[in-house]
Amino acid sequence: MIVKLLSGDRPRSKMLSAVLLLILFGLLFAPFLFPGTRSLDTAARICIFIVLVASYDLLLGYTGVVSFAHTMFFGIGAYGTAIALVNMGASYSAIALGTVCGALVAGAFAFVIALFSLRVKAIFFAMMTLAVASAFLVLVSQLSGFTGGEDGLSYRIPREMTPAFKLVKEKVLGVRLNGKLITYYVVFFSSLCLFLVLLRMVNSPFGRVLQAIRENAFRAEAIGYKVVRYRSVATILSAVMAALAGSLMALWLRYTGPATTLSMDIMVDILLMVVIGGMGSMYGAVIGAVLFLLTQSYLQNLLGLLQESLGSLPIVSEVVSPERWLLWLGMLFICSIYWFPKGIVGRLRGT
Amino acid sequence: MELRKDEKPVLSTHDLTIRFGGHVAVDAVSCDFHRGTLTAIVGPNGAGKTTYFNLISGQLAASAGHVWFNGEDITRLSVADRTLRGIGRAFQMTNLFPGLSVRENARLAVQAHQRMGMDLFSMADSHVELIERAEHILAEVHLLDKAEQITSELSHGDQRKLEVALMIAIGPQVLMFDEPTAGMSVDEVPVVLDLIRELKQDKDRTILLVEHKMDVIRSLADRIIVLHNGELVADGDPTEVIASPVVQQAYLGVAPEEKTEGAHV
Repeated sequence: MIVKLLSGDRPRSKMLSAVLLLILFGLLFAPFLFPGTRSLDTAARICIFIVLVASYDLLLGYTGVVSFAHTMFFGIGAYGTAIALVNMGASYSAIALGTVCGALVAGAFAFVIALFSLRVKAIFFAMMTLAVASAFLVLVSQLSGFTGGEDGLSYRIPREMTPAFKLVKEKVLGVRLNGKLITYYVVFFSSLCLFLVLLRMVNSPFGRVLQAIRENAFRAEAIGYKVVRYRSVATILSAVMAALAGSLMALWLRYTGPATTLSMDIMVDILLMVVIGGMGSMYGAVIGAVLFLLTQSYLQNLLGLLQESLGSLPIVSEVVSPERWLLWLGMLFICSIYWFPKGIVGRLRGT
Repeated sequence: MELRKDEKPVLSTHDLTIRFGGHVAVDAVSCDFHRGTLTAIVGPNGAGKTTYFNLISGQLAASAGHVWFNGEDITRLSVADRTLRGIGRAFQMTNLFPGLSVRENARLAVQAHQRMGMDLFSMADSHVELIERAEHILAEVHLLDKAEQITSELSHGDQRKLEVALMIAIGPQVLMFDEPTAGMSVDEVPVVLDLIRELKQDKDRTILLVEHKMDVIRSLADRIIVLHNGELVADGDPTEVIASPVVQQAYLGVAPEEKTEGAHV
């Protein structure tokens, strides 16, 4: 049963299985294990980014296609849901319609990009996606009447999904059971389902063809696979998945703006997460996203603690000052890429 | 062996030409290939043999002329479409999926033949019949005991065998071998030659073979065509063609038999 859910893609390492189980249960019980608004927010972001990074790995790690338009698709999904909620009011039908439209638009966009540019060399496809994504970013900030421009959109979601809605009066295990918790579990279970769907896709006959194309596109064509068609379908699927992740983000934040969905910073983060976790493995996306977002959220706190305890040493305490967290973040990533060239999953599997 | 000339050819090329700038690599080659025959294509290096193969299997687009397959003009079809119609190719430079296992290489080719590549939601490993078929083909080329290995770790000879396995797996009517024994060790060569001989037993198959070793050609070929500077200069029975002066001059004169053989060991 579990093997079937994982589509036969076993972690193939005791350490990896342990880490994945830890992450699964950590996220499942996050509201109770790590109470507090900030930790719940980090947990929800982790869920969403696992899907986003996994869908990017479908392209980069499995198919060998480099795209810089992934945040654009993420943004299309988020804006789809946001615009529907702004214009139709806080209703479930707005969420459903926005999500479906976002996914369809993202898929259609991906289809057009694939049609025009997948026939050419890989570098041109990468440049094309970069250009389209940048143009889209400008477009969104210019169409302020529709998208809220640089300020983005704030909106209300159905009352049952907001903190104002109380399931029970008393706290359970020290946690208020309110609408925010419901939203968290919507995000968690949706992400889990989307991840399992992605896992199935990469282990399907289709997914195997993608790996063959990554290994040797010339030969894949010469045993009868139309490479352009497969690359296009992979691009579309990856875009749709990213859009769905974007809808979850819009739902969780109750705000959608260029900085939370479309910015190139997020694109770079996604790339880093894929590489750190391990390209060509869906589990790599999980580990990459968890590690990256935890470091991003808590490295400053950790450095603060470190500085306090080292307070007396003059130069060292300056170096570990919390303001220098970006420096340490960068160093950590350089080290992880240096020591784990095949990502953490590759390392844990001992390949 | 008697060529069944009365029958329609499985594959034929009609004034097939390709130019790279001013250089004509294949120059108006017209040739019919009949079911159940093995044709050896010989010629000195740079004569256009591999280019001719690339035009037939579709890696290169013809500048002029046509390729016909079972009565259909396939000149403008993509490589994948030609492959699915039944034109198989084993490449001169080993051309595999290096990071995948030997079994997965063969399984992918079988899967392509079954046209199952667009299946998104079943588990690839649950299609036992594909795996069995792949293993059957690996057994044919004596690679079954290495099925678990990663392809890039195979010896050169084994990679050549896998190359042949991939071609067989797509269920071809036309099989194109481009120097299948090149770079193989002495004891591996007979394995591949036996394999070609076995494939030849099936009278529905048409085999095209680019080969330098004259003893191999003598023992396998029903017919020889000679390419020289992109032109078809001789065509016919192996012993006659080998003996003809034009071949002696164009081919054997440039690369003597002993030398070619020695170079491969």
